[in-house]
Amino acid sequence: MELHAVSSEPAPKPTRAAGFHRFANPGRFLRLSEALLPWLAAGGILLAAVGLVWGAFFSPADWQQGQAARIMYVHVPAAWIALSGYLALAGASAASLVWRHPLADLAAAEIGPVGASFAAVCLATGSLWGRPEWGAWWVWDARLTSMLVLFFLYLGHIVLVRAFDDPIRGYRAGAVLALIGVVDLPIIHFSVVWWNTLHQGNSISLLSAPSIYISMLWPLIFATLGYSLGFAAIVLARLRAAVLERRLAFLLLAQAEQAERQSFSAAGLASL
Amino acid sequence: MTRKRRRLLVLLASLAGLGTATGLALSAFSGSIVFFVTPTDLVAKPPADGRLVRLGGLVQQGSVVHAVVNGRPVVSFRVTDGHDSVPVSFTGILPGLFRQGQGVVVQGRLAPGGTFRAEQVLAKHDSAYMPKSVVAALKKRGLWNPNAGPPPPPATWDTMRIPKQSGG
Repeated sequence: MELHAVSSEPAPKPTRAAGFHRFANPGRFLRLSEALLPWLAAGGILLAAVGLVWGAFFSPADWQQGQAARIMYVHVPAAWIALSGYLALAGASAASLVWRHPLADLAAAEIGPVGASFAAVCLATGSLWGRPEWGAWWVWDARLTSMLVLFFLYLGHIVLVRAFDDPIRGYRAGAVLALIGVVDLPIIHFSVVWWNTLHQGNSISLLSAPSIYISMLWPLIFATLGYSLGFAAIVLARLRAAVLERRLAFLLLAQAEQAERQSFSAAGLASL
Repeated sequence: MTRKRRRLLVLLASLAGLGTATGLALSAFSGSIVFFVTPTDLVAKPPADGRLVRLGGLVQQGSVVHAVVNGRPVVSFRVTDGHDSVPVSFTGILPGLFRQGQGVVVQGRLAPGGTFRAEQVLAKHDSAYMPKSVVAALKKRGLWNPNAGPPPPPATWDTMRIPKQSGG
């Protein structure tokens, strides 16, 4: 009866759907991400290829490191993406804890493995550079240790969100871990400022000229843009797959329940 | 207050608490997180005999002497922080970034004669990336002698424009 009473008026706007919540609707997310994904993927591959080829073959060698400096074009963007990816993970976790939105849960679960891969690339390339240039594969200085902690936070999150029979409990526990781990981000960034470290200081800052010569900085900028779009593309593709998988699981479950009900009622009729 | 709002406030309060706790813990530990001690520290407070320490500073200009003892390369140099300097000797292969004026971290023990016997030499990078041509130009203009210390501030050499002739 009430339905008929309000049907003459324009449909009431959902009050909570303002701002970012608009994008949290899974249907809208699927449509938007489908349109966005090819551009992100193509742009990411193109920009990363330009940056890496430029860095590997056309930028000048460093005056003291020689060719070994070129590993920077792989190492530095990977580190930046690992850090900003963790920030995204923490944002999704906060949304999951506060607004209890299923899309935020799935996003956190899908960002984890991608961010962990970038952190692993950062650690591995840094080690390969460190042996010839520093004289050690690994040292326990504040920068390297805090970056290793970030890698372990990613791994812990990956395991934790998948560790429970009830996925919701896994998402909640993972979100708490991700938010606690946020304290590691400023530690990583400022480790080279606060303490004596073997790792060099930040070459690029907001307030002064970069201490990377411009002909070496451009390829780094291209590679970073490419890595960022590529990261977004991989996460979006994983998230789309996760949303579709969950939909399919619900459909199959509903179908099975219906079939069960039918067979029960058929059996019930027969027993009468 | 809605439940969502309460959860948001609890979350923000917990993060603020956690951040403060971490900040306090780190500032309390900050003395022991340092990766190395400076020559001034080492001269002022010499470590107990045979204790493994890391010493950090610049390789003093003109102090590097290479030699071969029993067929193995031996290098001796002084590590300075501008105030004090410590003589160091090392047997082995030096890292790629080792040079005069470069920041290094040497790990080893202080021998009774006052010489630091290094077991490992780590060279520190100064975070400046530049091609040979830029270093040559800086030397020519008298702005930087790489043997004397770290490079000048980047604003003096990074014009943020790619020069017309290919930057070698």
